[in-house]
Amino acid sequence: MPVTHITKDLDARSLTITAQFAAPIERVWQVYADPRQLERVWGPPMYPATVVEHDLTPGGRVHYLMTGPDGDQVFGLWDVLSVDAPNSFRFEDFFADADFTRNLDLAVTHCTFAFTSIDGGTRAVYTSTFDSAEALQQVLDMGMEEGATLATNQIDALLAAG
Amino acid sequence: MTDQDEEQADAFFHALADRTRRDILRRVLRGEHSVTALAASYDMSFAAVQKHVAVLERAGLVTKRRHGREQLASGDVTAVRSVASMLDELEAIWRGRIDSIDALIQEDSPPCP
Repeated sequence: MPVTHITKDLDARSLTITAQFAAPIERVWQVYADPRQLERVWGPPMYPATVVEHDLTPGGRVHYLMTGPDGDQVFGLWDVLSVDAPNSFRFEDFFADADFTRNLDLAVTHCTFAFTSIDGGTRAVYTSTFDSAEALQQVLDMGMEEGATLATNQIDALLAAG
Repeated sequence: MTDQDEEQADAFFHALADRTRRDILRRVLRGEHSVTALAASYDMSFAAVQKHVAVLERAGLVTKRRHGREQLASGDVTAVRSVASMLDELEAIWRGRIDSIDALIQEDSPPCP
């Protein structure tokens, strides 16, 4: 299995996941540098992504949309903060409106992706940090009908736990 | 369980034992609502809805703040869903993503014999 390590920081609301890929660092970088490859690995299985704009340079933007099983669409964008190809890049992942304006009422995910050549392959370290528990919840509830389904499930789970 | 825990559990289940309060909690977990807006959704008085919100607040499920003359209520996500469990869900999403990356990279070379 490629995943080698997981670190969760509850106080900082961050997840760091480390994976080892059997490919050179330049090949792993291509996954992010090529929009056609990026869209194959970004959306969850039920919400495949389409990358419609892609500028992986400092100050650049990546615009994407994800389409759900009922044809519902969720829009998102990356604000690229820094790029050190093929070693690392940092970005902020926002929810967006249909015209790719940042939705500042919803969560932002602070992301750092870093890659190192090791043992003939590549070690990748992905860090995602959230400003609040609510922000983390919004990202998880993405695509849920106004979060209603999940809020309902949570309450059902609470009642069952009693 | 300490006495304090037992009291907290009592408040929690008392708060959730009522259908209207569960409905209010669902609404405020989705986003902040004014008590006035909530009251408009139910066939009961403003005072009755305000009382329901107060019960949820005492159980630690809802927080309230004032904005001008309005009282705004929001669900406390962490009371209902811990950061730890949410990070577990996020981990599952990332594991799926990493499997996709691995599969994409493997496509380059024919499978090993």
